[in-house]
Amino acid sequence: MLRIVVCVKAVPDPKEASKIRIDPVTRTLARCDVPLVINPLDKNAMEAALQLKEQLGARITVLSMGPPPAGNIVRECLALGADEGILLCDQAFGGADAYATAYTLAKGIEKIGSYDLVFCGMASSDSGTEWVGPEIATFLEMPVVTRVKEIVECDGEWWKVKASLEDGYRLVQVKLPALFTVTRGLNTPRTLSFSGIVKARDREIIQWGIDELGVAEESMGLKGSPTIVSKMTNRESKRKVEIIAGTREEKAERLIQKLADAGVI
Amino acid sequence: MESRRGSVWVIAEQIDCRILSVSLQLIGHARKLADELETSVEVILLGDKIEGQTQQLFAAGADRVYLGNAPHLSFYQPEIYTEIIVKLAKERQPEIILIGSTSMGRELAPLVAARLETGLTAHSIDLLLDENKILEQRVPAYGGLLSIICPKRRPQMATIARGVFPIPELDEKRTGEIVLLDVPGEIPRRIQTLEIIREEPEGVPLESTPIVVAGGAGASDLAGWRIIAALAEALNAALGSTRPAVDEGWAGLETMIGQSGKMVSPELYIGVGLSGELQHMVGIVRAQVMVAINNDPKSPVFEQVDYGIVDDCREFIPLFIEKIKEYQGKQVTC
Ligand SMILES: Cc1cc2nc3c(=O)[nH]c(=O)nc-3n(C[C@H](O)[C@H](O)[C@H](O)COP(=O)(O)OP(=O)(O)OC[C@H]3O[C@@H](n4cnc5c(N)ncnc54)[C@H](O)[C@@H]3O)c2cc1C
Ligand SMILES: Nc1ncnc2c1ncn2[C@@H]1O[C@H](COP(=O)(O)O)[C@@H](O)[C@H]1O
Repeated sequence: MLRIVVCVKAVPDPKEASKIRIDPVTRTLARCDVPLVINPLDKNAMEAALQLKEQLGARITVLSMGPPPAGNIVRECLALGADEGILLCDQAFGGADAYATAYTLAKGIEKIGSYDLVFCGMASSDSGTEWVGPEIATFLEMPVVTRVKEIVECDGEWWKVKASLEDGYRLVQVKLPALFTVTRGLNTPRTLSFSGIVKARDREIIQWGIDELGVAEESMGLKGSPTIVSKMTNRESKRKVEIIAGTREEKAERLIQKLADAGVI
Repeated sequence: MESRRGSVWVIAEQIDCRILSVSLQLIGHARKLADELETSVEVILLGDKIEGQTQQLFAAGADRVYLGNAPHLSFYQPEIYTEIIVKLAKERQPEIILIGSTSMGRELAPLVAARLETGLTAHSIDLLLDENKILEQRVPAYGGLLSIICPKRRPQMATIARGVFPIPELDEKRTGEIVLLDVPGEIPRRIQTLEIIREEPEGVPLESTPIVVAGGAGASDLAGWRIIAALAEALNAALGSTRPAVDEGWAGLETMIGQSGKMVSPELYIGVGLSGELQHMVGIVRAQVMVAINNDPKSPVFEQVDYGIVDDCREFIPLFIEKIKEYQGKQVTC
């Protein structure tokens, strides 16, 4: 049976994320209570794991690092069909950049112990670096394929996958254990069923902090992050808008005239 | 005495022995950083039969090229590419490493950064040196710009999209030193790229078309999206998108403009039903004329364009297309 770990991140709901703004005066983030949801591409990662479970048999562990409310998205994954849910949660993990995040998740995966496959989303919707997957793989000294869009062969030790390129794809052969980051094109995530939700309601979510992971505080969170934000600035636009007025017809005609005068149509 | 600083590195990328434009753009910018740091620009180039390409790298501003030339390097192989770069970086201790934000670069950069135990920044739209000569990487976020630095560890690493920096003027008289790398043999590895399959992209190419029409969440549904697409067609324009349009499935990821999509510099940009979020707007670099069509007069997009139409795009555009066709008809006859 395959052992699969799926890394899922709790992100501010992308539909409302634009409410989070830099306060121009205090230069801090105004958060406006945007709810946390599962990172959209991590649903594809979860779906990939569930399909392999149906096809080959697998035990799926869901792993997330985040504040206590991130437990809700872990529970959501249990409701979808994951066998075990782990939340890496500790004050010391806060403020982590991609490097420290990957390091913490790698420590979590090490503690889980046995794994054949680790799935991540290609990118998170809030930071979107695409770094966390490959960096986890580096810390765990295993191969990684990013932007996986199709699993072509999945029997035995060597798998074959297609990885998206700007203008086509790479056909990659990779030996398990391996880490894949997945694209939206890989599959269509299933939706939560009511019975799944009911069954997951009382399931335990394992919480690991710094002591359980046995890690040094200096290598975690903000302290363990090589990069820091040194400044926040507002950007000013260099253009001055002319709003074109009139009836709908006049607006269309006037705009065409302006564009023609500028020589761009 | 202050010790001499490490160089500024660019990891160049080639496809079928052609250097990508983003690599030349990065070398051009690396030159400026290196001059300010009083150090050199070094380029790593891996491939097969690529000696002929090195002159371009010097012409763009490189002082030294580390060349890995072998049949098994002809295209990106994650393990061996990482191994070569990490080994060299440990020896040479570069101050900065820049990598193009391509599908290869986006995978290779974190593999190298994690092995070197250093920081890495994505999505920078500018790179400068702060008062302590530390690389300040400007990244759009939350309606503003964050300055991200990697103060303590070296090298400082960033991936940069094509189009963020211009292609430098090529000085064909510039020369430099070529250092041939000892390439590890083709030993069995845990991962191997077997083949690269190129597919022709559909539609009008975004990056090289004079007019770009971009649609956003304001399209409201697929029918609304088709109206925006019809505008692009009427203007012979490329159709671009914002992230919500991709998320909704109206548009493909390859059409997304912005920080995590493409950078375009058209003569005319028309943004329809989009709010002017910085993460999208940074993708429209150096556009000549910009227009926004949005039904909310208070939308921030109107602070960032030359002409604004306040209207429901689904009502306005069909009429606009009619008028464009009239205009185009007149152009042909006289
Ligand atoms: C790390 C990261 C990277 C990102 N990268 C990108 C990127 O590369 N590219 C990108 O685009 N986004 C990117 N985003 C997302 C970005 O932050 C915004 O969410 C997105 O650009 C907003 O898209 P929008 O303007 O279409 O939608 P909205 O902000 O929802 O705006 C919709 C607009 O449509 C208008 N409207 C509504 N109905 C109508 C109508 N009937 N007629 C006319 N107007 C109407 C509304 O007034 C509104 O202004 C990124 C976000 C993050 C966190
Ligand atoms: N805090 C986190 N907890 C669990 N998984 C994460 C976390 N951050 C990132 N990931 C994983 O890494 C992927 C890429 O994230 P990023 O590098 O931020 O674009 C995500 O899709 C997740 O699968």
